[in-house]
Amino acid sequence: MSMDGAGVLKRTLTEDEAAILDAWNASLQGGTSLQSGRIRMAELQTQAKAVFSQLRNAIVSGGLDADGEHFVPLRESLADISRSRAIQGFTPTDTANFVFSLKEPIFEALRRMSAADDSGFAASVLAAGKILDRLGLQTMEVFLASREEVIGRQGQEIAELSTPVVRLWDGILALPLIGTLDSARTGVVMENLLQAIVDEEAEIAIIDITGVPTVDTLVAQHLLKTVAAARLMGADCIVSGIRPQIAQTMVHLGVELNVVSKATLADAFAVALRRTGRKIVRQQTASTEERR
Amino acid sequence: MDRIPILKLGGALIVTIQVDMQDRLAIALEEDLSAMIARTGARGVLIEISALEIVDSFIGRMLVSIAAVSRVLDAETVVAGMRPAVAITLVELGLELTGIRTALNVERGMAIIQSRIAEEGEGHGGDWDRDES
Repeated sequence: MSMDGAGVLKRTLTEDEAAILDAWNASLQGGTSLQSGRIRMAELQTQAKAVFSQLRNAIVSGGLDADGEHFVPLRESLADISRSRAIQGFTPTDTANFVFSLKEPIFEALRRMSAADDSGFAASVLAAGKILDRLGLQTMEVFLASREEVIGRQGQEIAELSTPVVRLWDGILALPLIGTLDSARTGVVMENLLQAIVDEEAEIAIIDITGVPTVDTLVAQHLLKTVAAARLMGADCIVSGIRPQIAQTMVHLGVELNVVSKATLADAFAVALRRTGRKIVRQQTASTEERR
Repeated sequence: MDRIPILKLGGALIVTIQVDMQDRLAIALEEDLSAMIARTGARGVLIEISALEIVDSFIGRMLVSIAAVSRVLDAETVVAGMRPAVAITLVELGLELTGIRTALNVERGMAIIQSRIAEEGEGHGGDWDRDES
């Protein structure tokens, strides 16, 4: 008796469930995702069991179209699994292998089921392969999308964290820049600084570039733009924290910063205090003089 | 045609721009202002633009040319109260308004003009003070 591929596949999945699951578990156990220590065997087995039963239900009730509506619960649980893998930091291979490692056990079972029926075996292998490939690809898509989401969020967090505007004194702001300045960040930096100037009614803003690893013509241009915008708002800018090597590079490149610059933030702060009519006095000298 | 009023306060002229700057309005302001400086002998011009939300290159150039005309007539121009968004736009347009003093608000802008008048007033025998009385 010869059966079509779908029939063989349905029968195999229903009747040979235990053997397929055992083989799948064995193959998962040997896989790298377990060795990385990010997931326990028990959890992996639970996921495998759930996925398998959903796969069986989908194929038995719905047929072979992996994009069909009978596969929705399976696709959703696979998406959940790969999303959590992405967050836990699994490699793409580990994530894809979770689905692809099911292929071999199923093919084995199909071979056992259709021992004498070559054409039925070939058809069922083709059908099962098609479904599993589709599912594997979907898993990867979700995995990559989640990874990109994570990366995007991190980038946003870094951008927010790395542009704080600090109030050093009444009317004196500091902007410690950390990391490379690109156009997108310059925009954020500029907006933050200008808003802070308005909020704090600042007269002087100190831009500290100790944490900027390199200053090329582009970065210098971004800095100058920020300084110019602050000046338009009526605040003076002082650039501080230019390291000796960077100063040399800038001169060799012919980059000119036509702003007041100081070697350290402390120097710049002293200048800012002086400009706003303040002075730092050492208290100890006064007290020793009193004692005399 | 609407005109932007120019207020005289001591030796300073004050202009607050509270409407959308049309090109024609800007030209009229430049004319009025230069006439007023010449007539009153003002030493400073304060342009308050905190209500200005949209700038284009024409307005930027108008500010620069008002400042240039004022300087020829021996008055210093201070632009006060520029919004952050406006400042960013002007910088992106490449108009850094060099030669114009800027201040965060009217109070600081007036302080700049007053200190200039005080510095130079001594040389002139403080004539604008007597003028007021």
